[in-house]
Amino acid sequence: MDKVTLTIDSLNVVAERGMTILEAALGNGIYIPHLCYHPDLRPAGACRLCIVEIEDGQLVTASRVPVKGRIVVRTRSPEVDKMLRPIVEVLIANHHSDCRGCHSSGQCELQKIIAHLRIDRRRVRLLKLPKPEPPRDTSNPFFDFDPNKCVLCGICVRTCKNITGISAIDFINRGYATKIGTFGDKPFAHSRCESCGECVIRCPVGALIAKKAQRPKHKVKSVCPYCGVGCGFYLGTRDNVIINTQGNTDNPANKGNLCVKGRFGLTFVTSPERLTSPLIKKNGELTKVSWDEALELVAIKLTKYRGEQFALITSTKCTNEENYIAQKFARVVMNTNNIDSGARLCHTPNLRVLHETIGIGAMTNSIEEIDKTACILAIGTNITQAQPVIGFRIRKAVRNGSKLIVINPKENDLCRLANIWLRPYPVTDVALLMGICRLIVEEGLLDTTFIKKRCENFDEFKKSLDDFPLGRVERITGVPQEMIAAAARIYATIRPAAILWSTGITQHSQGTDNVFALVNLALLTGNIGKPSSGLYPLLGQNNAQGACDMGCLPGFYPGYQMVTDAEVRKKFEVAWGISLNSEPGLALTEIFQAVLEGKVKVLYIIGSEPILSMADSQKVKGALEKVAILIAQDIFSNETAKFAHVVLLAASFAEKRGTFTNMERRVQKLNKAIEPIGDSLPDWKIICELAKRLDGKGFDFSSPEEIMSEIASVAPMYGGISYNRLDKERLQWSCLTPEDLGTSILYGEQFHTPNGKAKFTPLEYKRPAETPDVDYPLILTTESNLYQQGTLSHKVAGLNILGSKNFVEINSKDAADLGVNDGNIVQVISRRGEIIAGAKVTDASPPGVVTMSFHFIENQINMLTNPALDPVAKTPAAKMCPVRIVPQT
Amino acid sequence: MTFEEIEKKALLEWRVLEQVEKPCLLVGAATCGRSAGALAVIDAINKTLKEFNIEAKVIQVGCIGLCYAEPMVDIIKPGRPRISYGNLTPEIVSQLIEDYLIKDNTRPDLALGYIGDGRVDGIPALFDLPVLKPQVRIVLRNCGFIDPENINHYVANDGYKGLVRALKMEPEAIIQEIKKSGLRGRGGAGFPTWLKWDICRRELSPEKYIICNADEGDPGAFMNRSLLEGDPHSVLEGMVIGAYAIGANQGYIYCRAEYPLALERLNIALPQMEEYGFVGDNILGSGFNFHIKIKEGAGAFVCGEETALMASIEGKRGMPRARPPFPAQSGLWGKPTNINNVETWANVAVILEKGGEWYAQYGTETSKGSKTFALVGKVERTGLIEVPLGIKLGEVIYEVAGGILKGKQFKAVQTGGPSGGCLPVNLLDLPVDYESLTDAGSIMGSGGMIVMDEDTCVVDIAEYFLSFTQAESCGKCVPCRVGTKQMLNILERISKGEGKLEDIEQLERLANTVKSGSLCGLGQTAPNPVLTTIRYFRSEYEEHINKKRCPALVCRKLISFYILPDKCAGCMICLRNCPVEAIRGGKRLIHVIDQDKCIECGTCLDVCPKRFSAVVKVSGVKIEVPREPILVKGS
Repeated sequence: MDKVTLTIDSLNVVAERGMTILEAALGNGIYIPHLCYHPDLRPAGACRLCIVEIEDGQLVTASRVPVKGRIVVRTRSPEVDKMLRPIVEVLIANHHSDCRGCHSSGQCELQKIIAHLRIDRRRVRLLKLPKPEPPRDTSNPFFDFDPNKCVLCGICVRTCKNITGISAIDFINRGYATKIGTFGDKPFAHSRCESCGECVIRCPVGALIAKKAQRPKHKVKSVCPYCGVGCGFYLGTRDNVIINTQGNTDNPANKGNLCVKGRFGLTFVTSPERLTSPLIKKNGELTKVSWDEALELVAIKLTKYRGEQFALITSTKCTNEENYIAQKFARVVMNTNNIDSGARLCHTPNLRVLHETIGIGAMTNSIEEIDKTACILAIGTNITQAQPVIGFRIRKAVRNGSKLIVINPKENDLCRLANIWLRPYPVTDVALLMGICRLIVEEGLLDTTFIKKRCENFDEFKKSLDDFPLGRVERITGVPQEMIAAAARIYATIRPAAILWSTGITQHSQGTDNVFALVNLALLTGNIGKPSSGLYPLLGQNNAQGACDMGCLPGFYPGYQMVTDAEVRKKFEVAWGISLNSEPGLALTEIFQAVLEGKVKVLYIIGSEPILSMADSQKVKGALEKVAILIAQDIFSNETAKFAHVVLLAASFAEKRGTFTNMERRVQKLNKAIEPIGDSLPDWKIICELAKRLDGKGFDFSSPEEIMSEIASVAPMYGGISYNRLDKERLQWSCLTPEDLGTSILYGEQFHTPNGKAKFTPLEYKRPAETPDVDYPLILTTESNLYQQGTLSHKVAGLNILGSKNFVEINSKDAADLGVNDGNIVQVISRRGEIIAGAKVTDASPPGVVTMSFHFIENQINMLTNPALDPVAKTPAAKMCPVRIVPQT
Repeated sequence: MTFEEIEKKALLEWRVLEQVEKPCLLVGAATCGRSAGALAVIDAINKTLKEFNIEAKVIQVGCIGLCYAEPMVDIIKPGRPRISYGNLTPEIVSQLIEDYLIKDNTRPDLALGYIGDGRVDGIPALFDLPVLKPQVRIVLRNCGFIDPENINHYVANDGYKGLVRALKMEPEAIIQEIKKSGLRGRGGAGFPTWLKWDICRRELSPEKYIICNADEGDPGAFMNRSLLEGDPHSVLEGMVIGAYAIGANQGYIYCRAEYPLALERLNIALPQMEEYGFVGDNILGSGFNFHIKIKEGAGAFVCGEETALMASIEGKRGMPRARPPFPAQSGLWGKPTNINNVETWANVAVILEKGGEWYAQYGTETSKGSKTFALVGKVERTGLIEVPLGIKLGEVIYEVAGGILKGKQFKAVQTGGPSGGCLPVNLLDLPVDYESLTDAGSIMGSGGMIVMDEDTCVVDIAEYFLSFTQAESCGKCVPCRVGTKQMLNILERISKGEGKLEDIEQLERLANTVKSGSLCGLGQTAPNPVLTTIRYFRSEYEEHINKKRCPALVCRKLISFYILPDKCAGCMICLRNCPVEAIRGGKRLIHVIDQDKCIECGTCLDVCPKRFSAVVKVSGVKIEVPREPILVKGS
């Protein structure tokens, strides 16, 4: 970077060219009063406080003027003073004057300015203007807005516009009545505000401030336990309680941004509902016991059920180390491959398809590349709700000119930003994507060189396109041909292009076909293996990727090495010093069937809520009631625990060390921020202890580091990963050796298939497993909710308040047909069950489709959903099922 | 159609007006005419024509500028010059039609003047009237003369000739022509138009924009409205020429929604232009493409500021942003943008038609050409005027406007609207040009000119203008948002008689901070009325503060009404009219005003019969009156 030297207040300072005078001064420890400047935002020059004098006596705003070599700047001079003082005085005079009760006291920019200019506050008070004091907005459960303290610097407005892209707030009114407000001046909680708190952390005074703001004593680097983005943050703690979180600006996944859950949603850690000791069911009641008693009981029970009668369901919320230990426990101690995790419900179609076609079952590129993607295709995903921080990225990319194509039956936040929004009937994605591919081939928009050099099976694929003339595609999908063609042309011609998807693609009975179609599309246009292009399967769980990487899959050992491959098995038998079961185990969805059939007798469920998360929960409930022994391991006494014979008490993410692997394959370390609550233990310790009681070999670990080094030794893609490196480096697998810097973009040279080529897959359109009929005429689809994620968010009161979307969204036409009005209570009935919900009449859901959030305990939506499995990935078709709506009278 | 064919067709239509056998009536029906009753006059005309079975053409034209004489009708009778009649009512106009068209009585008593060749006995030539003699008609050349809804009228009066000429020139040459003319921005700041264009032209960008700023928000200003209502094509032609010179393919007219008639006229004009190929793709076969969109403002004064205006077009809250980058580099949608005021654009067309040198013959060394002003206030003849720059303020007020109303004393003239300054009597010799006005503490502004007489209080006027700018501040920067409010607070205090001696100094201090510290033109000029009134009328401020007296008897808290005991006849008229029952009295009793109840509305003064003149308005003095009503002397 080019350096320039300038003089500020007779000091020679060095600054980078392109910096403003204000930045140069602040960077060199020279204070210039300012309110509307923030390093994350472009200068606004609104507060007019950063006035300085440059050599010819000219007064300029330092935040707007770039540095020049040899320029002489004076921050204090009679001219500056004459100008600045009255501005500051009138500002302070009308600011809420009592600092003593203000949580920002000590961190307030206004206080700093007063001290710097030595302003006599008593004298200034005489300037106070009569003004009605508007009430504070306390509607948001996480932060308050006090307009009386607001200095209207606009940082919050610009943050909301330029950093998150939400634009929930702006200036309203004019003149002296100007204030910050939401659309229609509604309370924050009833506005578009997503409560991410990005404005709160940037407010220079105490106008936007977190509720119960306290200053933390310690700061510990960690990783968010909610979604798969894996935002890095610092946990601020005090007296063994997490006080706040601060985004880690060095983390490439979130660059310091956080969503509402990451910033405000961690109080579950110290929720009073946390268990404090292990429990055993005695006389039908769960009773507190010692660890010794609990583990002994479990050990005794398990000895009787080794092999196929045992199944272990592990957690996508546990660390890599814990998941590794869990699968090792199942395979080594219990001699079974019946190990699976919640990733089955969303990610396995991705794993299977990507593994088969291009080699590795994970995101091909990195999250930070989304900023520079010229074309984004978002299909079957509600990003701004499920992965909000990626939502910020997309909004930013679009603001900077990227094209956005949204494919989704239901309207979501991205639709209004989209250049084109295709609205197919549910579960017609294969037809739509094949139609797009066909147009690309027909119009010659394909990347022939790439296909010839790096792909195979193209001709078969091309032939299968014959079945998809756009007229037929239009009939199947309901999307007009011209729109399909327009979307195809945008995707094919504007490069680099990336495809983002999530459960709207995978949670179907043809989930794997959907993913095949997406891979085909990316290959066809050569949008793979290049920066800012590629395939982005977005994950809802923080360690869904890691759990799969660790081999918590019935058919794979750690590092996606096949159980059925004799050579591989041999390698693990040597590593683990025991002979292994050669039969692939049961998938999560099959396990419950096997329980009902009496084949599986023991269920060990770690940090999962199958009743809530799995389709057809009645059936799951039946299985939990039937199983001979149910061991639940969790931080809460959850729904599963209600059926459990033993509850083992786990520690939360804040109480332990370990690693999470986010959706972009980034292995990130979490550190212990607080002491474990009650008698809780990290999951790996519990399992190791249990293994030892069952005479398991190779469980003598004293720390997660040791487990990681074993992982590195058996899973080649983790080969170069160690705790030492993770403290200093940012590593994405594949990372084969300690020298390997990791891989941010996969397949730059060749694909990880046996012959190094990517495979096109011919596809045909299949009707969904269950279709609407006279009795069940509507299609119910499930969707995610910004404020809810898994079971953790239920323990956060504020998230429950904001996310109480406990209703079924019905299109206004359907509502009129049914005689349902907004707010009516209705019964939603599927072939498997029925639930009661409030109706919300909206046009966001298309006619014929009703939508519900899938997170709620109260109206367990999965009582309704369809357990029909994708034949390959065994993922249930939870995304849709036919229902009927009956108004309650 | 080629331009020659268009011109031929247009001339044919235009000549019909002047030469055929049928008489033609042209009614000034711009907003000003309409508010004076022009539409009722038109109805009366149509009715009368029907009644007498006269075949005549009735055309609505724009405003010729003589607001004091509205509603106006011009009558062209075959064989006679066109005669303008003013101050008409439906009754008078019916009579006029009967008298003139049937009985051939020209009614010199109703006529203002005749236009064109020939003479009419007893009627002066319109342009020889003192109100029009010092004026020039460059921008307003067609206003009031042509049908603004008929493009042929414009073309027939040399319209679009400038465009035809421009399209044959190199863009640089056009800018040189503008440079020669010396045209400066008529929106107020007076930046050389050619330079602004040149900077924008030099920007390398495939997309550029042209904007016409028609967000005329100054209280009392209506130059742009009249122009758009009376001659929309002159503005549009200028825009096309500018777009060609700069290399822009898209233009916007940002017009305030409070100008429905102007918007209507623009919406009529644009399709007509398209039909003739003056706008759209391949304009007049030149290969140049340019499109114009109309964007309605939403009522914010600050949106007249260029960066706020552009934010508003983009669909954002209209708030200014700091410059640089200037719009010429990064304007609308981040692309190079040239923004000019309505009047500037209207000048462009005529400059291209007649040449820069022709234009430069008007005006002064640094301020060339003419300027329109909305001349309002306490003068005999209010109206829209166009004068050569450099004319003296006094000439405008005493010749064009005919002096102060009711023979009162001139006190001050406010130029440049709420952002301008109040200039006193000793500056009546000040030439009206950019530099002189600025030196005197005022601004040219977009052309508001408000004349005040001796009954105007300067503190009150400063408070009025500042309350306007304060209420219209966008709230972004502290000096403008809070500083002006603070100043207003002090002014309110002074006008209530609660001022302190240091208030004047504090006002000046704040004013200078607001002036130099604000982000945009609104804040930077908002203190002008305060600063100039202090500069030229300091003693009046001091009187308010020291003597608690308002010399102009305006500030309500400082004035009182008394009933003089020796004049009151006990007629009870004031008592019955007092809205707050503050007057006690009775038949043949001397009435007394309860000073605590009185709200200083002045009703009693107005209703007291002239022959008694018993009510007086005073400030700073107390008049001895009886405490209770007593019998009128001699009764």
